[in-house]
Amino acid sequence: MTTPARSVSEGRHTNPKRQRGTRIPRWRFGLVWPLGVACLLGLSGAVIDWQRGRRLPQVDPLTHESYTEHISVTQVKFDMIAIPGGSYRMGSPPREGGRSNDEGPQHPVSVRPFWMGQCEVTWDEFDLYLDRPPNRKRPVTAAAKIADAVTRPTPSYADETFGHGREGIPVLSISHHMAMEYCRWLSAKTGKTYRLPTEAEWEWACRAGTTSAYSFGDDPDQLGEYAWFEKNSEELAHKVGQKKPNPWGLHDMHGNVAEWCLDHYFADAYRRFPGDLLTPGAVLLPTAKCFSHVVRGGSWVDSASKLRSSARRGSDKTWLRRDPQLPPSIWWLTDADFVGFRVVRPVEEYPELKGLRSKVMRNNPLE
Amino acid sequence: MSKQPRNNGTSRRDFLKTATATGAAAMAANLTLLQNVHAQGNNDMLRVGLIGCGGRGTGAAGQCVRGGPNVKLWAMGDAFRDRLDSARNNLMNNAGLRGRIDVPAERCFVGLDAYRQVIANCDIVCLATPPGFRPLHIQATIAARKHLFTEKPVGVDGAGIRTVLAAFAEANQRGLSVVAGTQRRYQTSYLESMRRIHGGDLGTITSARCYWNQGSLWHRARTPGMRDLEWQLRNWLYFTWLSGDHIVEQHVHNLDVINWATRSHPDRAMGLGGRQVRTGPEFGHIFDHFAIDYDYPNGVRVLSMCRQIPGCANNVSEAVTGTRGTWTSSPGHSIRGERAWTFPRGTDNEPYQAEHVALINSIRNSRPINDLQNVAHSTLTAIMGRMSAYTGRVVTWDQALNSTENLMPPNLAWDMALPVPPVAVPGAGA
Repeated sequence: MTTPARSVSEGRHTNPKRQRGTRIPRWRFGLVWPLGVACLLGLSGAVIDWQRGRRLPQVDPLTHESYTEHISVTQVKFDMIAIPGGSYRMGSPPREGGRSNDEGPQHPVSVRPFWMGQCEVTWDEFDLYLDRPPNRKRPVTAAAKIADAVTRPTPSYADETFGHGREGIPVLSISHHMAMEYCRWLSAKTGKTYRLPTEAEWEWACRAGTTSAYSFGDDPDQLGEYAWFEKNSEELAHKVGQKKPNPWGLHDMHGNVAEWCLDHYFADAYRRFPGDLLTPGAVLLPTAKCFSHVVRGGSWVDSASKLRSSARRGSDKTWLRRDPQLPPSIWWLTDADFVGFRVVRPVEEYPELKGLRSKVMRNNPLE
Repeated sequence: MSKQPRNNGTSRRDFLKTATATGAAAMAANLTLLQNVHAQGNNDMLRVGLIGCGGRGTGAAGQCVRGGPNVKLWAMGDAFRDRLDSARNNLMNNAGLRGRIDVPAERCFVGLDAYRQVIANCDIVCLATPPGFRPLHIQATIAARKHLFTEKPVGVDGAGIRTVLAAFAEANQRGLSVVAGTQRRYQTSYLESMRRIHGGDLGTITSARCYWNQGSLWHRARTPGMRDLEWQLRNWLYFTWLSGDHIVEQHVHNLDVINWATRSHPDRAMGLGGRQVRTGPEFGHIFDHFAIDYDYPNGVRVLSMCRQIPGCANNVSEAVTGTRGTWTSSPGHSIRGERAWTFPRGTDNEPYQAEHVALINSIRNSRPINDLQNVAHSTLTAIMGRMSAYTGRVVTWDQALNSTENLMPPNLAWDMALPVPPVAVPGAGA
């Protein structure tokens, strides 16, 4: 990165209570920062002064175009939507109905332009990564050989679709680690940088320039036109892309499966960022710990308020409570058939995220 | 078909009711036998011995020692040193198990006979070896008057099941607790479903179905110099003498649910199956798919399917239909019909932990649980399905139970020649 990172322990703008509720001792932030452990980063450089009174959100003009990605040697493709850069207030105002405390305080964030998957990743793409025998092909290109070297998950001792179906159905019940490894494989396969969205990017894309509870407004009665959730899902995830998109053309940001973000989850995360200064990027980087990471958007299980643009949730250990093995799988979750993900591709990657890959080596829910 | 009265489908709760009476009587008669069985209601240390140190055995040991206060892993055994060492490291380095793992090198036992020393060195035996060894190990555990956690299935052939049923009776006589790794019986959603089914919410049961259709599982490469027995043990899933085939090893869970729901077991099975996709030598000689039509008492028909082929429709679930409605387990437990019901999401328990809590409590409170008959019957249900699919014939319960088939190779030795049996050909024996 081009300028010194601001670790939380150095932050002068943040609330002294910010450590409450985290499981990482305060001293570790300063000491272990060079290893990238739970550090707060100003991603595109120094934190710049945010001019009071500047109108947010500020959506920059689009500088890039949407495209369709074809995964090589296969018929599988998916659409990537160009998302503009800009600035917005992340989180929800205290008066928003159904709000949780972890959505505040709101803080201003700037986001670089990127592309985002129009839909959640489905088994159609994911099965290529799982390398099931019917799809196995000898790697012919250099990129394919690198992709072939990416770690593949152990086979699931069950039905990994958990009865939700396969074709066109979003991948679900997979770990944050597996989602990151899929992105690494996809990057090698395509020669482009694909990764999980940061939480700031996810909310920016979900809001699509709006400040309301949902990207279509504040009225949960309209939610059924845009989302699969508790009231209309009939206890199942659904094929992606069937509901109305948000203003930027993204489907199922609200509902269907909740979506992994890159960040570690902390209930007090937003207190770690300045409330009156614009933080470019803003991410709490993943570490070797399996828990807890951010999921966004709510799912087919959830009630309307959990689908709001600002609603946050952290993964928890009950999501693998039916894994009987020790150590449990780092790939599959036994009790989270409501969690999936979508990919993003940066136009210009944040230096701190270049080459980022999952550090998870093992899983230990007893710790 | 068996004409004897059946209590095999007895639910654990029902069993506890009757066991309170019969178990108490048995215990009064056997007080002298109980001296190494811990005194009632106290928290004296319980020493756990693990036999079979794979990922599941390691998990079971961890769950067992967390099943109550003052329970410690005390001895470990495995056929292979490397498996034992990695399991021991995983357990000892686990912060969540601190103070509960006490396995010095002198209580680590390696080899095909390791089970003897482990049983001798503990109060509770955890069995997680390949299922082919289960009858031998269960018999030895009960004969040594030790409590038992046994993974499913509990055998791979009729001979083994007869051994286990004898151990069931012996454990009852001796007031020993036995919990089986058919963990659905300890899972809140299933317990609540069965309470409703047994309470008549489906009316009279008319049919059921159960599936375990999934992709492939792991296998381990044969390295140069690896002898037949070691290779087969390390790839035990793919040899019928070790796993019983996947209908027994895996699908037993779903069949157990059907036996539980119907409080019975099938009278006969007509099955088909084969080996269509997973045909390489690394996959031994087992089938990759089965479909069985089971005849249960009172005209109840049960369709069972299991498949381990990637890229096909997956389904791991059970469903039971009665005159008033249908219960399904996936996705989410629910009943459709006159008495509609849905199990509230997010309220399920941790069944793999709950089964060990139940075991420890039953020992400490001297209210023995004995799951052996249920799991033996469910295992035999799967075995008769396999026998039918392998032979192409209808197989009755009594034929399966009284079969002379004994798949265990005699005189196991590391340097023995152990050729891979041919893949079964239905109709070949006609």
